Amino acid sequence: MADARSVVLGRIRAALADRPAAREIPRSYDTSRPLGDLVELAAERIADYRAEVHRAAVDDVPATISRLLAERGARRMVGPVDLPASWQVDGAEWLSDSPTLSIDQLDGADGVLTGCAVAIAETGTIVLDGGVAQGRRALTLVPDYHLCVVRSDQIVGIVPEALARLEPTRPLTFISGPSATSDIELDRVEGVHGPRTLHVIIAT
Amino acid sequence: MGTNPVTWLGSPVFPKAARAALADTQLRRNLRKATHTIRDKRSKAVAELPDWEELRQAGEAIKDDVLSNLDTYLERIEAAVTARGGVVHWARDAREANEIVLRLAREAGTDEVVKVKSMATAEIGLNEALEAGGIRAVETDLAELIVQLGHDRPSHILVPAIHRNRAEIREIFRREMAEKPASDEPRDLAEAARRHLRRKFLSARVAVSGANFGVADTGSIVVVESEGNGRMCLTLPEVLITVMGIEKLVPSWQDLEVFLQLLPRSSTAERMNPYTSVWTGVTPGDGPQQFHLVLLDNGRTDALADQVGRQALRCIRCSACLNVCPVYERTGGQAYGSVYPGPIGAILSPQLVNDMHDKQAASLPYASSLCGACYEVCPVRINIPEVLVHLRAEAVEAKGRTPESVGMAALSWIFADARRYENAQKVGSLARHLAPSGRISSLPWPGSKWTSARDVPAPPAESFRMWWRRNRG
Repeated sequence: MADARSVVLGRIRAALADRPAAREIPRSYDTSRPLGDLVELAAERIADYRAEVHRAAVDDVPATISRLLAERGARRMVGPVDLPASWQVDGAEWLSDSPTLSIDQLDGADGVLTGCAVAIAETGTIVLDGGVAQGRRALTLVPDYHLCVVRSDQIVGIVPEALARLEPTRPLTFISGPSATSDIELDRVEGVHGPRTLHVIIAT
Repeated sequence: MGTNPVTWLGSPVFPKAARAALADTQLRRNLRKATHTIRDKRSKAVAELPDWEELRQAGEAIKDDVLSNLDTYLERIEAAVTARGGVVHWARDAREANEIVLRLAREAGTDEVVKVKSMATAEIGLNEALEAGGIRAVETDLAELIVQLGHDRPSHILVPAIHRNRAEIREIFRREMAEKPASDEPRDLAEAARRHLRRKFLSARVAVSGANFGVADTGSIVVVESEGNGRMCLTLPEVLITVMGIEKLVPSWQDLEVFLQLLPRSSTAERMNPYTSVWTGVTPGDGPQQFHLVLLDNGRTDALADQVGRQALRCIRCSACLNVCPVYERTGGQAYGSVYPGPIGAILSPQLVNDMHDKQAASLPYASSLCGACYEVCPVRINIPEVLVHLRAEAVEAKGRTPESVGMAALSWIFADARRYENAQKVGSLARHLAPSGRISSLPWPGSKWTSARDVPAPPAESFRMWWRRNRG
């Protein structure tokens, strides 16, 4: 008996006996778009998804982190191994992911602080790629609170610009607001399994 | 070959199921509310993009390119996934796919798997097959959980529990969960689901998912979701098994820039869904350290062989066509007797079953008024009405010589000659004597087949051609 692989490929070749002609893909859609002030738009759109957005000058980022953690009462914070030292502010205990934190340790933490790879202004999306100051995916998933710092030069206008900056073979997570569901009467409710609170600091 | 589980065994033909559904006023109220809410939101989300039509054109062309070169792209993704430490399996049909997943789960030494919502695994009846093999499949998407705990069947592609309102959902949760929901507010119901599933996520060893897209060039798999249950399943377990229909490919990473815009706005009517995960094979130190990709045919190559019907394989499962369909809005999804309901289901399910002697499957292309709203909203421009009519012709042909086919043949004989046509009209006008009120609600056989579902206006005393000759001729 032939193996499944050759049977399926054989069926495909037989099904395409009419050799449908290849067409040029019409790519007349926008690959960028004039959207005005991207920081402004990103702040508005991220907030639209019920994430809290704070703006701070680069030098004021640590103070903003301090203030937000204090307001929330977050004391045990997870940080990726390469989290900038200045972000690991006093007043919180910092759990570094080296040696690797267990799922229970992540679950027991009050939150996680990371940077990001790219942010998309039009859709209000933050993308993590496991690069600098982001860590492995579990870090930003298990804790119930995610605080994310976005640099203004990481913000692009629309989706095609973001994909062009990303390396697809890295593990990627696109985040637009806190976890949500529309499964009950198609009514959107924030806060299911992922972090229920997302705070974003845009560093300008 | 056995029956394809894409349609549910023992389901009645569509008109019969529809009649039962129409009598359920609660169902109709729930559906009307939900479909109208999402319809308005979708129009707004789509209107925001000035290049929406260009994106649709590109989406259509990219998917057509995938279908035209499917063998090449499948070999490419297989090579890419393998090179990055994943294992690729091929499944001719549902049974074979189920056997592969069951074997892999057993090899991982588990008796429970967590699942990300997936149409492909629903289509092949994976949960039932795992159950029969002694492995419990836990649905983690909120709507799938509602369906599973309610011992129910799905009725929508995106929101399988769309037929349930909050009060009904609270009842199901009260009955099936250790910790009862605090109220029937969606927030409290979501909270109950979180508590119910949290431990399972944190301790699961094996997860099963579907895929929204597979990138042929890089081997990257994409899952688009909202709740974070997907991220939980895709990140925390040691073993990840992904079942993907062979048509779910896009050629390159760049092509996703089209679909990551088309899909969220069409399905949940958002600028972007809360979470999208992308992974490629195995990443050391991050996520599952064993990855299996099961490539599923299960009737797709039969659909591919149909030059008109193959466009259904462009579908990205957004469910916009369900939400705008006047038939779906009234009957709900379960009347279609398949995990794929609504307009896309009416053309996809019969093609996957590929047996027009199957009366239930053959009745699905008739579950439409051909109004064309589905075609207008489809993000990959599937001409659903065209395929519906094409499949109706196949269904009629498969029936052989029937009153309908004889009638159609007689009609074409009458239409072919002006005199025969006029004489037929004169005979037809006699039928007005059946209906002094102007409506005929029951005709003798074979006309009864028509009037069992609708009234017929009584024909006028004279035809337009007769009137014209008398007045203007």
